[in-house]
This record gives sequence, C-alpha cells and structure tokens, in this order.
Amino acid sequence: METLRSDPPLTLRQTGPGVVHLVSTAAGPLGGDHFELTIDVAPHTTLAVHSVASTLALPGLSRLTVTARVGARAALRYSPEPIVLAAGCDLRVAVRLTLAPGATVFWREELVFGRYGEASGRCHSRFDAIVDDVPLLRQELLVGDPAVDDSPAVYGSARCVGSTLLTGDLPRERHLADGCAVLPLAGPGTLVSALAADTVELRRRLEWGERLADKSLP
Amino acid sequence: MSANHDDHHQAPDGHGRALRLGIGGPVGSGKTALVAALCRSLGPSMRLGVVTNDIYTTEDADFLRRAGVIDADRILAVQTGCCPHTAIRDDIAANLDAVETLEERFGPLDLVIVESGGDNLTATFSRGLADRQIFVLDVSGGDKVPRKGGPGVTAADLLVVNKTDLAPMVGADLTVMSRDAAKVRDGKPVLFTSIREDKGAHSVAEWVVGIVDAWHHQHAHTV
Amino acid sequence: MHGDMAMLLLADSRLPAGGHAHSGGAEEAVRVGAITGPEDLARFLRGRLATAGVVTAALAAAACELGADPAQERWRRLDAEADARISSPAQRDASRTQGRLLVRTTRRIWPSEALDSLAAAVPDGAHHPVALGAAAAAAGCEPRQAALAAAYTSVTAPATAAVRLLGLDPVLVHRLLADLAPALNDAAHEACVIQADDWSSLPAHAAPALDLLAEQHLRTEVRLFVS
Repeated sequence: METLRSDPPLTLRQTGPGVVHLVSTAAGPLGGDHFELTIDVAPHTTLAVHSVASTLALPGLSRLTVTARVGARAALRYSPEPIVLAAGCDLRVAVRLTLAPGATVFWREELVFGRYGEASGRCHSRFDAIVDDVPLLRQELLVGDPAVDDSPAVYGSARCVGSTLLTGDLPRERHLADGCAVLPLAGPGTLVSALAADTVELRRRLEWGERLADKSLP
Repeated sequence: MSANHDDHHQAPDGHGRALRLGIGGPVGSGKTALVAALCRSLGPSMRLGVVTNDIYTTEDADFLRRAGVIDADRILAVQTGCCPHTAIRDDIAANLDAVETLEERFGPLDLVIVESGGDNLTATFSRGLADRQIFVLDVSGGDKVPRKGGPGVTAADLLVVNKTDLAPMVGADLTVMSRDAAKVRDGKPVLFTSIREDKGAHSVAEWVVGIVDAWHHQHAHTV
Repeated sequence: MHGDMAMLLLADSRLPAGGHAHSGGAEEAVRVGAITGPEDLARFLRGRLATAGVVTAALAAAACELGADPAQERWRRLDAEADARISSPAQRDASRTQGRLLVRTTRRIWPSEALDSLAAAVPDGAHHPVALGAAAAAAGCEPRQAALAAAYTSVTAPATAAVRLLGLDPVLVHRLLADLAPALNDAAHEACVIQADDWSSLPAHAAPALDLLAEQHLRTEVRLFVS
C-alpha cells in the first residue's frame, strides 16, 4: 500500500494485505463535522475498505465526502457498516466514484432511519459513479423529509435502505425478491437495491442480490 | 435537417405500406376468433401482421400464438390502461408504433390487422390508425343491437354478425337484424357468419381480399 | 410567444402520445396493497413528485434549453444522463417507449429541427423527459414550462390510474392534485437552478420502492397498464 494517512476522529488502519479498516475514535459525525475520505486504487491493484462499527450521525449539520478513483484492471471493495441517522441529525453525504474502463468495484451503502424506536434524522446523500467519462449511476437519497417519508413510492414502511453497485464482468440478469432487486444498469454495472425493516434483513437482502449479480462472490 | 429513414416516426401515408384493418366490437362477440379465421384463410396468400389491444395483459395475443395461425413474432400486443377505446380512437400512438414496428421488421406486408380490446357500441377506430374497419356483433347480444346503431354499427366498412348458429337458442331473428342493419348502414355491407362452423370465415375473408386488392391498386408498394 | 398554450397541450392527458397507458407504478402499488385509498395515494404522489418528478422536470428543462440549439451528440449525452438516473430496466424501457411515442406525435404537431435531430440521435426512443423537453422547445416553451409539464404529468398519470383501478372519487383525487401545487412549483424551480452546461449535477433523486414496483409489475400476469 502506497499511502495511508488519516486524522482523528477517523482513523485508517491496515488490517491485511490490501485491506483497510475505518476506525472511528469518537462518536459522530456530530454537527459541524466534515469527514473526508479519499481513495486511490492504482491500476492492477486491489483494495478493500471496511469499518469496525456502524457510523452514528448525531444531531446537527455534518458532512461526509468520499472520493474514490479506481484505475484500469484495479479492484475496490467498499463495504463499511451502516450509517445510522440519529434523531436531529442533518447529514450530507457526497460520494464520487471515478472508474477506469475495466475497473472492478463492489460499493455497498446502508442507511438506517434512526436508532431502535427513534425518529429518523435527516440525510441527503448523493452518489455519482462515472466510468470512462460516461455517467453510470447518479442517485440521491432524501431521508427525514416530509415529502418522502412514509410514501409508498419511495421507502414504503421500510426503516433501512441500502444498495450495492457492482462493476466488472457480470451477467446482465434481472432478479427480484421481497424488498430487493438486482438491476442491470444501462452502462457497465449492476445495482442491487433493497429496502427492509431492520439492518439484519437489509444485509441479508443485499447479500442475496450481490451473489446473483456477481456469481463469483462467496 | 430532415426526417431520415433510420428513425421510427414517419407520418401516416398510404404509399408503400400495408392496408391497416381495424376489427372492433363488444366483449365476447368473436373478434379474436375472426382474426384467427382471417389468418387461417389469408395467411397462405398474404403477408400479415397482427396487433392486439387486450384489456388484460396479452391474453388475445397469446391465444393467437397458441392457435398457430400466424408466426408468433408477427403478433404484437398493446396495453391500453383500462381504456381500450382510447387506444384505438383518441390516442393511437402506441398502436401506430406497433403497426410500424411490424412493417419495419417484416415488411413489406399486405395487411396489418389491429384488433381492439372489447368495448362498447360507441368504440370506433380513428382514421389515423385504421384504413378500413370491421365491427363484430354476435346474435346473443339480442336482435335489437343493429337497430340501436352506434358508430360501430353504422360507420364500420363491414358489419359482421357472428354466432348465427346460436340464433335459435337465444331467440334472435336474423331477418330482423339484417333489415335493421341495412337501414342504419346506408347500404354498407353486412355479413352473417358462424366462425365456430366456418373456421376460415370465408365470406369475411373474401371481402378483405377485395379491399386489400383495391388498396394495392391505389397505393402501389414503393419499398 | 406561444409557450403557455404549448405547455398546456403537452401537459394535457389527452395529448395523443400513449401516456394514458402508463400508471407510473400506481397499478403495481394498488395490486400489492401499497395504495388502497386517497391517503395512501396522496403519500404516493407526494413522494413520486419529490423524486422521479423532480428528476424528470430537471431533464425536461435541460432538454428544452438544448432544443434551442440542438446537436445530435449533445442529445445522446443528455439521454445518457437520464439513463444514469434510472436504475430499473423496466423503468428505462417504459421511459424510452413513452419518449418514442411522444416524439412521433409532437413531430407532426410542431415540426422542428429540435425533434428531428433528437429522433436521429436516439432512433429507438429518447427517454421521456428528454423527448418532452425537446417537444417543449419545438413548441416555443421556456425550460421552466417544460419542467412544469414534466412534473405535472409525473403525478397526473398515477392519479388517473388510481381512479380507474380503485374506483376512487375523481373529485377527491383532483383535490389531492390541487394540494400538490406548491410542491409542483418547487419541483420546477429546483429543476431550473442548474446551469445548462452542467448536466452532471442535475437532480438524481431515487425512489427505491418505485424501482421495486416497476420490476414486479413486469412479472405480474394481469396488467392493464404498460408501466
């Protein structure tokens, strides 16, 4: 690994060859925080980014910005634990993923609408994935907004939303089960999209879809 | 820039294309059976395409495919959002798209039949979609139906009264139906048939051959 | 100009461009019990407007602006921006089908270079909001009018479908639509904030439940609506 640099409260720790864990040394993000994560995966290399625990977004306006570039024939797996939107939070997430042709990516994101029995805080996330200068997926999620909460068109009665973007040499097959769909995108990639009542169910649904989207996954 | 030949948006024009024949009528009168019969009779001598407008999903199209009277690819099904008459009269875009898709894929064709979803007596085809139209009634609806008229009965180029074999059982008087139809139709033709007994609906098929020949004569293929 | 009249024609459900056969997910939502009456429908429409409605309005506004000075390569790029915002294949197909029919119809109503070049650039059918924006440009609309028409049809189609499928009181459903007026204005406003040369940052609000409904709808045997 070439460079590994971090400042508290977000610490990066190498836990294996090509494996990094995000370790949060304080609760948060809290109002006023702006966490930034930049990932560069050089051509022909492999990196996995995990986190040791879920992220709890606490009250106030906070930001999380993730920028990732994945080179030709490189592979990135990004699968941190879920972000939990505590009541009163106002989290803005921006993810920008730039892929070279032939890059392989597994990018999972999960949002939980409040802790157990708690009303959800607010969140506005934006995800942009670009492959070879052509947009592959642009997706914003609004949570805690009266326009979308409880709408049968957006989340229905779910309390968690999650998705996994996969690129690489994948079959272009559609699959559907309760609360989960495997959606081949117009460009070279597949989105697994899921809604669920709790995090355990959400992860189970996503993993079901991920294995169908990429049959080489364990 | 002008319209080019690669896109799918040509305006309707009779030249170089098939005759478009609409077949409408109430639910259960035998429209799909008539389409199957025409495919049986005309298939050997004409290049055909069929567009169905189902109320529910693709049932009629599936029936025709199963009947094996025409190559399954030459049948396209259009969905009509609960409003079968809208799709043939007020908003014909999806049907035109289907007709032109068939002509693009299999053209040149001689005849494209557009079967409407079962509807009421007021449903007729737009002239923007169908060049000629047949309205199908059956005797079990009662022998008063032709007298009551309605645009389908009065204006269709051909009125077909189907299921004549049932007339004695439902107490329908074919003479009355024939006389009333002639009165409201101003001399346009009426044919009585029982497609259950005449699987090729030969009298109707003969009428269709006539209009297709006339169409070819008038709009010679330029393709 | 004649933009106001053209906007009304484009937004009218009687525009003969195949829109009557699309329910925007409402048919499947009714089937699975997610819409059972006016309260569910109101929440469905509000959520649809805030997500798919805003996205479709923004793409229509961008297309309307592009229609003033069209170029095939730019149409293809804008169409690709629409592709990236619709993750469900069923919804992409429905959007392209509607776009193709809309271009077919509006080219005859408002013959123009904007629509000819779009048809040539995306011959199998541009995405519906792109086609709507191009038609709006051809008809003399401003981008804001294109956005309004797009946002409006994003809720009127499912509302009409729900009336037909559930036998709801049509007056009550029109009241629900009238209640959406402020949200509709906001959606059109949000759609027009972005500069024309920066399509990458156009709104991209996802509606995961609509994606699931659209995919499920295709697997449902008895369907009255295309989508």
